[in-house]
Amino acid sequence: MNPPASTINGVNLQVHGLRKSFDGQEVIRDVSFDVRPGEIFVIMGPSGSGKSVLLKHLIGLETPDAGEILINGESIQTPEIAAKYRMALVFQSGALLNSLTVGENVGLYLTEHRLNTPAEIERIVMEKLTDVGLADAVHKMPGELSGGMKKRAAIARALVSRPQLILYDEPTSELDPLSSVVIGEEIWKLNQRTRVTTLVVTHDRDLAFGIADRIAVMNEGRILTIGTPAEVKQCPLPLVQNFLNADFKRESKL
Amino acid sequence: MFENIGQVVLLFWRTLLSLPLAWRQRRKVYDQFFEIGNASLLMVCVLSFFIGGVLALQTGPVLVEKGLPSAVGGIVGLALAKELAPVMMAILIAGRIGSAMAAEIGSMSVYQEIDALRTMNINPIHYLVLPRILALALALPLLVVFAILVGWFGGATVAEINTHMAIPYQVFFADLRSMVLPQDVANGVFKSFCFALIIGSVSCHQGLTTIGGPRGIGRSVTKAVVNSIILIVVFDYILTRILLH
Repeated sequence: MNPPASTINGVNLQVHGLRKSFDGQEVIRDVSFDVRPGEIFVIMGPSGSGKSVLLKHLIGLETPDAGEILINGESIQTPEIAAKYRMALVFQSGALLNSLTVGENVGLYLTEHRLNTPAEIERIVMEKLTDVGLADAVHKMPGELSGGMKKRAAIARALVSRPQLILYDEPTSELDPLSSVVIGEEIWKLNQRTRVTTLVVTHDRDLAFGIADRIAVMNEGRILTIGTPAEVKQCPLPLVQNFLNADFKRESKL
Repeated sequence: MFENIGQVVLLFWRTLLSLPLAWRQRRKVYDQFFEIGNASLLMVCVLSFFIGGVLALQTGPVLVEKGLPSAVGGIVGLALAKELAPVMMAILIAGRIGSAMAAEIGSMSVYQEIDALRTMNINPIHYLVLPRILALALALPLLVVFAILVGWFGGATVAEINTHMAIPYQVFFADLRSMVLPQDVANGVFKSFCFALIIGSVSCHQGLTTIGGPRGIGRSVTKAVVNSIILIVVFDYILTRILLH
């Protein structure tokens, strides 16, 4: 269900006819979708389906061969327009800077852009780390954290810039089922509290169906279907059903 | 190697353009400067002492035999100041510091830390490259001055204790003072400043363009060191030609 418009802080994201090839191999094929302000939109699909490359286009780390990315109706291909909107990406690995403490990592955006005084930065860092349950880890180095803690620290770092669009790349990869649930709950709670437009890329079916307002299923660079979790479950396409129902069976190996 | 030279020049140019931000990065420059000094000082000391010693050992007996013992100090002094100290220290720093820079930035590239900086609108050139090149440009000339002094002392020691020469310290340094001019030392220091820019730009460029996991990092480190050394030798010739005039 969509939240009331007055509480929404997020932006509208539209992708039209996006295409990208690497060395002649097309990895994004005419991808189009629309993410509504404040919703959690999950792009789900098997590994190698082009999900992470798509995310890199949205955050400006890759340039498309064709197509358009619009935020609130404005194309973000020009740096001036892109700079108008605050976007943050939580990387698959967390991508914390190993030479900095967790606190320094979280406060890096504010420190480098000199947006606050050191005392204010310290307060904001503690606030964001408390939000993700990592207040005790402020002085730890990233190497001392578990996989789940690294991802939570990366979420805290993303939140510091008060993003209007937050992107998560495989947030539960390399995590045990319990940590995956914690991260999923964290993403959902943050979205409910901040109403920031959230786009999650994952191959984790439990996470996708647990947190999504809408889901897009992607395969070999194409979007196969888009809909609510219930609609996607009912999608008759064999590729979608294969992905949703794939299960390991001992008997099939005999 | 050559296909990357344009990219290295571009990186250097962008770093130059970001120089006005140097004051904001002073803490990182200081950290890098300290690390370069800390990692290299002892090696510089040992290397330059023995280079000076070998130079005296190779030239001294011949000059004494030809009746020119007073030329030993001058030859050792000039060779060290104008050529050997800047080139040898630059090669040492390329191996010791350039490789570390390429490995550190390369690992940041591979593990998406550079991408993370970009998503936060933090320019990797301002944040990573500028402090490293600046620190190298400050540290290498100082190390070279130190290497020249230690090398002279090494040469003088060998000239004194070697029985074929037995040239006293006072004679060695009097001769050195008469032949080595301040601009000779300045030439060497200027060369080392240029070499520092080469090492910093090449190593940072290799780090930023690293792809392919741990093997890629290894490749980048090797390329950073090899390309730096080749460019140091080539530019040594070019700078020597320019400075001779």
